[in-house]
Amino acid sequence: MSAPQQARAAAAGVEQATKPRQVGILAATGAVLGKELRLERRAPQTLVAMAIFSATAFVIFHFALQRDALEGGLAAGVLWVTLTLAALLGIGRSFVADRDEGGLDGFLLAPVDRSALLAAKVLTLLAFLVAIELVAVPLFALLLLEPTPSAGQWLQLAAVLALADIGIAVIGTLVAAMAVRTRARDLITSILVLPLCIPLIIGASQASEPLLSAGTGGAPARWLAVLALYDLIFGLLAWALFDYLVED
Amino acid sequence: MPTSKRLYGNRLAILAPLATVVVLASLALAFFQAPIEADQGFSQKIIYIHVPLAITTLIGFIYGGICAIQYLRSGDPRDDLRSYTAIHQSLIFCIGALLTGMIWAKASWGQWWVWDEPTLVSFLIVFLLYCTYQPLRFSIEDPERQSRYAAVFAVVAGAFVPLNFIAVRLADPLIHPRVLGTAEGGLTNGMKPAFYLGILGALLLFFTLCRYEMANKHTRAQLRALRRRFGQDAPARAGRSSAPEVPAR
Repeated sequence: MSAPQQARAAAAGVEQATKPRQVGILAATGAVLGKELRLERRAPQTLVAMAIFSATAFVIFHFALQRDALEGGLAAGVLWVTLTLAALLGIGRSFVADRDEGGLDGFLLAPVDRSALLAAKVLTLLAFLVAIELVAVPLFALLLLEPTPSAGQWLQLAAVLALADIGIAVIGTLVAAMAVRTRARDLITSILVLPLCIPLIIGASQASEPLLSAGTGGAPARWLAVLALYDLIFGLLAWALFDYLVED
Repeated sequence: MPTSKRLYGNRLAILAPLATVVVLASLALAFFQAPIEADQGFSQKIIYIHVPLAITTLIGFIYGGICAIQYLRSGDPRDDLRSYTAIHQSLIFCIGALLTGMIWAKASWGQWWVWDEPTLVSFLIVFLLYCTYQPLRFSIEDPERQSRYAAVFAVVAGAFVPLNFIAVRLADPLIHPRVLGTAEGGLTNGMKPAFYLGILGALLLFFTLCRYEMANKHTRAQLRALRRRFGQDAPARAGRSSAPEVPAR
C-alpha cells in the first residue's frame, strides 16, 4: 500500500469512527461552557479584575463628580458607564486563552457545529456579567445611590440589566472573536465594542433612570422593547456571521 | 494594457461629467431658483447640500454592507473592494454631513452642537463606529482574513445604522422643533427640484468617486504585476495596507 492510499484509508477510518459520535450542539455548548467556568473557578482572573474595577470606578466617580449620593439620570449614567467598561475587561479576555493554548484549533478540529462556540462564549460572558452585577449593583446602592428602590423597582432593574447584558454579551463575543486574530487586540476590542454598545446604553439608561429616582416610577416598556429588539437582531446577526470568524 | 480602461474608463468617462453637471445644476437651482425660506432665511439653503450628503452617506454604508454579504457568499476580491470603497467614501461624505449639520445648527440655533437633534447625534455615533473600519483592516495581516473580517464588520455595522437611528430618535424628548423632519414634508414646490437634484448629484458624485478609487487600486495592482514581469524589483504586495489587495489581470 502506498503512502497516499494509506492516508486515504486512515482518513476513511477516522470518518467512520467519528460519524456515530457526532456531538449535538447543546452537548458541545455545555462542554465549552463548563470548560470556561471551570477555568475561571480554578484560576479566578477575569471576574476578580472586573469586580475590583467596578468598585474602584465607583470611588473614582465619587471624587470626580464630587458627590456623596447620586440619583436619577446621573446614577444611571454612573452605573452603566461602570458596567460597560467592566464588561470590556471580560470581553478582552474572552478568546485569549483559547488562542494562546490552542483551544480554538482543538475546537475547530472537533466534529461539532461552530455555533456551539458562539453560544458557549455568549453564555460565559453573560454569566460573568451577572456575577459581577450581583456584587457591583448592591455596592453601588450602598456607596452612591441615595433613594433606595422598592422591591418592585429592584425586580425591574434586574430585567433591564438582564436585557442589556444579553446585548453586551452577544456584541462582545462577536468583537472578541474578531479582535483575537488581530495585532492590536485590546485597541480593536475597545474601539469596536463601545460604539456598538451606544444604543444599548441609551436604552438601559433611559429604562433605569426612573428606577433610580426618588418615587415609584417603573421602567418604560418601550425601552425594554428597544433592548429586546437589539438583542434579537444582533443575536441573529452573530449566529449568521460567527462561522466566518472561525473559519481557519 | 487597456483592461483597466475597458473596466472603468468608459463608465468613468460618462459618470464623471454627468456628476459634475448635476451637482452644478443642483447648486445653481438651490441658489438662484429656490425661494428663500421665510423662517430661516438664506441659511436654510444648506439643506440642498447637507441632506443629500447625509442620505448618500447612509445609502453608501448600507451598500457597503450589501457588497460585504456578497463577498462572504462569493469570496470574490472585487466585492470586497466594492465594500471597502463604498465605506471609505461614505466616511468622507459622513464628515461632510456632520460639518454641514453643525454649520446649520450654528446658523439656526446659535450653537455648533445640539444634542437634541437626533439625526445629527446618530450621524456622530455611526461615524465613530465606521472610523474603526480602517484600523480593524490594518491590524489584520493576512489579506484573505482581513477581507473576511472586514466583511463581517460591514454587515454588523450596516445593520447597526438603522437600529441606532431608532434608539437615538426615541431618546429625543421631542421638545425641539423638528426642522429636518419637515424638510421633506415642508418643502414648497419651488424647493423640490433643487432638493431632489441635489440628492441625485450627491449619489452620482459618490459612485464616481467609488469608481475612481477602484480604478486606481486596479491600475496600481496591474502596474506592480507588469513591473514584476519585466524583472523590476517590485514586491508582490505593497506592504501592509488596510486596503484590499486586488489581483491583477
